[in-house]
Amino acid sequence: MFRAVSRLSATASRNLVQSRAGYSAPLASRCYSHGKVESDEEFDARWVTYFSKPDIDGWELRKGMNTLIGYDLVPEPKIVDSALRACRRLNDLASAIRILEAVKDKAGPHKDIYPYLIQELRPTLTELGISTPEELGIDRM
Amino acid sequence: MDVGSCSVFEAEIKKKQGERKRKSLHLDHFSLTTMLHLTTGRVGSLLAQRVTAALTSSSVRMASHGHEVAANEDLSQPMYWDSTNVPLPDRRYKVTLSSEDERLKQKEKGPWDQLSKEEKLALYRLSFSQTFSEMNQPSAEWKTVVGTIFIFLGLTGLIVWWQKVYVFPKPPRTFDDEWQAKQLQRMLEMRMNPIEGISSKWDYEKGQWK
Repeated sequence: MFRAVSRLSATASRNLVQSRAGYSAPLASRCYSHGKVESDEEFDARWVTYFSKPDIDGWELRKGMNTLIGYDLVPEPKIVDSALRACRRLNDLASAIRILEAVKDKAGPHKDIYPYLIQELRPTLTELGISTPEELGIDRM
Repeated sequence: MDVGSCSVFEAEIKKKQGERKRKSLHLDHFSLTTMLHLTTGRVGSLLAQRVTAALTSSSVRMASHGHEVAANEDLSQPMYWDSTNVPLPDRRYKVTLSSEDERLKQKEKGPWDQLSKEEKLALYRLSFSQTFSEMNQPSAEWKTVVGTIFIFLGLTGLIVWWQKVYVFPKPPRTFDDEWQAKQLQRMLEMRMNPIEGISSKWDYEKGQWK
């Protein structure tokens, strides 16, 4: 999971502000002092499972994506991959492209996150035949 | 009360509820202008216009800055809206599809690498109105806002000036320059606030300010 002050892999970026390698921040956490905090891996797994539902419907896809985009993080490639496959099952190419736009937007000023994401997703994109916003020319006016 | 009139009463309520659901409060440009013309007699039309613009639904103002306006949409149905916070809105942008669009939608059910770039773009535009880049375009609205603020400040200034000329009475004689000079002279002579205040700033030997 990527965060503004993140612990990205070294390949992804070196010039991010104070990457604290190994620091595992609690996620989207409520301010419980006693409650169990979900780990990043658990969070990722939960979302991958959500989008992997074989008979996922349009509403669930939209709800999932809108919720995920509401969090203060850029989703891991595996979550986006799961979501793109859900789009495929729903025969919805437009939403797939929209998802890519949305995660790029989430990265905000951190310009190196999105290329990394695409790099990780490239096999899926070629497999499913999804064009990136850049390839379609909609990433600029 | 007998059963007969009860059901009539209920029918009346249901009818009114139905009506209320269908009606919505449209504070559109025309009705607001009319209201303003009726209520404000003396106020110049320019001011009324500005007030109308301010109070009318924001769609009117936004429309002049390149934002699209939804014409009296049914807000109780799933809506479409462009937002970076909500990438996948409740419904597709284009609801009614032409036969060509339908064909494209059928093709979408097959492998996507068989779609050309133009077809993919067309599919995107069926579902969505603006792309993220289009959504994030800056607008010139701030100039209108700042300009309007200055206009209102200027107007206020004019009003205050008019007040000074026509409303305020003559200031007391203690404000005259001559009086003020004599007052200051007296303050210095009686050594008012000699440590840190006014008399400390006066050089008594040289007879001038320090």
